Amino acid sequence: MLLIIPMMWVLLTMVFILLRVAPGDPVSAAVGGKLDPTVIAARRASLGLDRPLIVQYFEYLGQVIRLDFGKTLSDNRPVLDIIRDNGGATLTLTIGAFLFALVIGIPLGLIAGRRRDSIADVLIRLFGVITYAAPIFFVGLLIQMFVARPLGLPTSGIASPRTQFMVGSAPKTHILLFDAALSGDGNAFMDVLIHHLLPCLTLGLLVCGVFIRLVRVNILQTLQSDYVEAARARGIPENKVIRDHAFRNALVPVVTVIGLQAAMLLGGAVLTENTFNWPGLGTQLVHYIEALDYPAVQGLVTFFAAIVVVVSLAVDVINALIDPRVRYR
Amino acid sequence: MSAEPIVRARDIRIWYGTTRGPVKAVDGVSFSVGKAEILGLVGESGSGKSTLGRGLLGLLPDGAAMDGELTFEGVDLLAATPKQRFAYRGTHLGMIFQEPLTRLNPLMRISEHFSETLKTHEPSISKAEIERRSLEVLRVMGIPPSRFSSYPHEFSGGMRQRLMIALALVLRPAFVVADEPTTALDVLVEAQIIKILHDLRNSFDTSLLLITHNLGIIAEACDRVAVMYAGQIVEIGAVDKVFADPQHPYTRELLRSTISLSTTALHSIPGAPPDLVDPPTGCAFHPRCPDALAICAVTRPIAYARDGGAPRSGSTDVACWVASAKSGTVTLTPAEAAPLPREELADADEA
Ligand SMILES: Nc1ncnc2c1ncn2[C@@H]1O[C@H](COP(=O)(O)OP(=O)(O)O)[C@@H](O)[C@H]1O
Ligand code: SF4
Ligand SMILES: [Mg+2]
Repeated sequence: MLLIIPMMWVLLTMVFILLRVAPGDPVSAAVGGKLDPTVIAARRASLGLDRPLIVQYFEYLGQVIRLDFGKTLSDNRPVLDIIRDNGGATLTLTIGAFLFALVIGIPLGLIAGRRRDSIADVLIRLFGVITYAAPIFFVGLLIQMFVARPLGLPTSGIASPRTQFMVGSAPKTHILLFDAALSGDGNAFMDVLIHHLLPCLTLGLLVCGVFIRLVRVNILQTLQSDYVEAARARGIPENKVIRDHAFRNALVPVVTVIGLQAAMLLGGAVLTENTFNWPGLGTQLVHYIEALDYPAVQGLVTFFAAIVVVVSLAVDVINALIDPRVRYR
Repeated sequence: MSAEPIVRARDIRIWYGTTRGPVKAVDGVSFSVGKAEILGLVGESGSGKSTLGRGLLGLLPDGAAMDGELTFEGVDLLAATPKQRFAYRGTHLGMIFQEPLTRLNPLMRISEHFSETLKTHEPSISKAEIERRSLEVLRVMGIPPSRFSSYPHEFSGGMRQRLMIALALVLRPAFVVADEPTTALDVLVEAQIIKILHDLRNSFDTSLLLITHNLGIIAEACDRVAVMYAGQIVEIGAVDKVFADPQHPYTRELLRSTISLSTTALHSIPGAPPDLVDPPTGCAFHPRCPDALAICAVTRPIAYARDGGAPRSGSTDVACWVASAKSGTVTLTPAEAAPLPREELADADEA
């Protein structure tokens, strides 16, 4: 847990440096050579970009500590507004993806572990490796071609224009799925839900490979464990041994790595959102990276990192709830 | 004097399939255990004791094969369907393991272990009855009722072993295999556990196969002892007889190596136990045996049934050419009875 602070610092510093070494600067990226160099220099000065990097760096760290995300350079929008307006879409995307990953990955891992070295095991492991290694845009493309077309599922955006207009214009929670549910408009809710299906599936497949491997290894390990043999010696039937001893114990380490999955999910979400035109933080991030908008990118990355930290903390709490050995420590 | 034995094993063989070929971990073992009798099983590590114990309960891993005749109260377990055999596990045949620390599910309360075990075998049992029966065995094992809903990690090693014994006994099995139940515990706790096991026959009428490599435990707790070497029982009989007058050279050397610990003169059996993928021809002990004869390297000695394998039998069964010749059950030709040439011994030692 204590590692989190130095890790965040390294991350923030890397983002800061990468943005500065990228060719170009936010002002010329925004106005692109149409302005007189003296005007550009004046604008840079007014934004404080002409000061030494080390000054900018400490100013930035100071803002992070005060949780002050600032405003974007390119459109003068508070970064917190971006997070509020677009965070909901990313939230429901990642949660949906996570559910897909659990629902696909855990049973497959369980089957693979129980039927070790069977054809099913080999195929499942192959599936896990491929989904883990395949680039998101490629999986997204395949899904758009072979799943979306035949089933007539939407592949772009989070809602159809009608729903967007009916629900999106009067946000209550800023999470479109919830707003649609709250609006009492069943069609709108279904519309948003259906838009979630394929992006969530695509992102879920990325993470489910990790679950497959982890559950499989843990099942193999717990099935060899001393307490499983002892349970068998008491005449506990195999299906009960698997369900009550092997499976439950195999899931404890899975919960532990959910914290790590959060980072992977967010990274994958950026790519998924851009593949599916998803109005989330990922598309915003890419947009502001292209604009070399330092405060926007720094703010969003800090927010992502904070989310990962919060999830890791929550995972520790959950772990203590399911594992008595942790609880008493 | 021997009533019908609870467990009778005849010519049990167990192999493990490995890439190097089959490991003959148990190679033709016969014995029986009477009601409320404690049979000790002793031998160096790797002699097949745990394999035999697991085999009796049908707990062998995938890739292991078992053959022979095994009856429990007259029912042929090896001829039974897996399902029939399974029904005996826990209720009739129990097992206690070496490492009590890892034998309880860390995520389950002690009470959950008991209710799972009882409910599996008696689906209609009530909650009150589960608690009554569990607390009763726990009381005998000296675990206070207040600890019933604790988790395993809240107990010491000795307490966990008592929990494991209680968990095995709550189903009242007639026969329990205890595989080195005290090896992982310190000496004081060991004495306590051995006393508990020894008293089981009084409190629960349980028969016990007590596996150990500690001859002191055998002397203290067992009625009869079976000495195992390289997957075979080389000598079996009443503990006092075997210890006072060991017939088999291996038993003799084993006893010498223990006694010498208290007499400072260090004695250990030269050589190492054989590779069970490719055991020596004839008597498996011949490469290390100080008494070996010419025949020992060629023909496997068999125990001449003097009923040492029967429960509460006063006599001893030995699988050794020298012992058989001495007792007059076989007559060896002079060529067979010649001492084994030394280079044979030296060769085997190097191998
Ligand atoms: N699962 C297994 N697979 C292959 N060989 C095994 C396995 N378990 C035990 N063995 C081998 O069987 C022999 C007897 O082992 P074991 O029954 O554990 O002896 P002991 O309990 O007397 O120490 C040893 O040679 C051991 O290496
Ligand atoms: S049979 Fe021969 S080698 Fe084996 S124990 Fe007896 S004397 Fe020794
Ligand atoms: Mg052993």
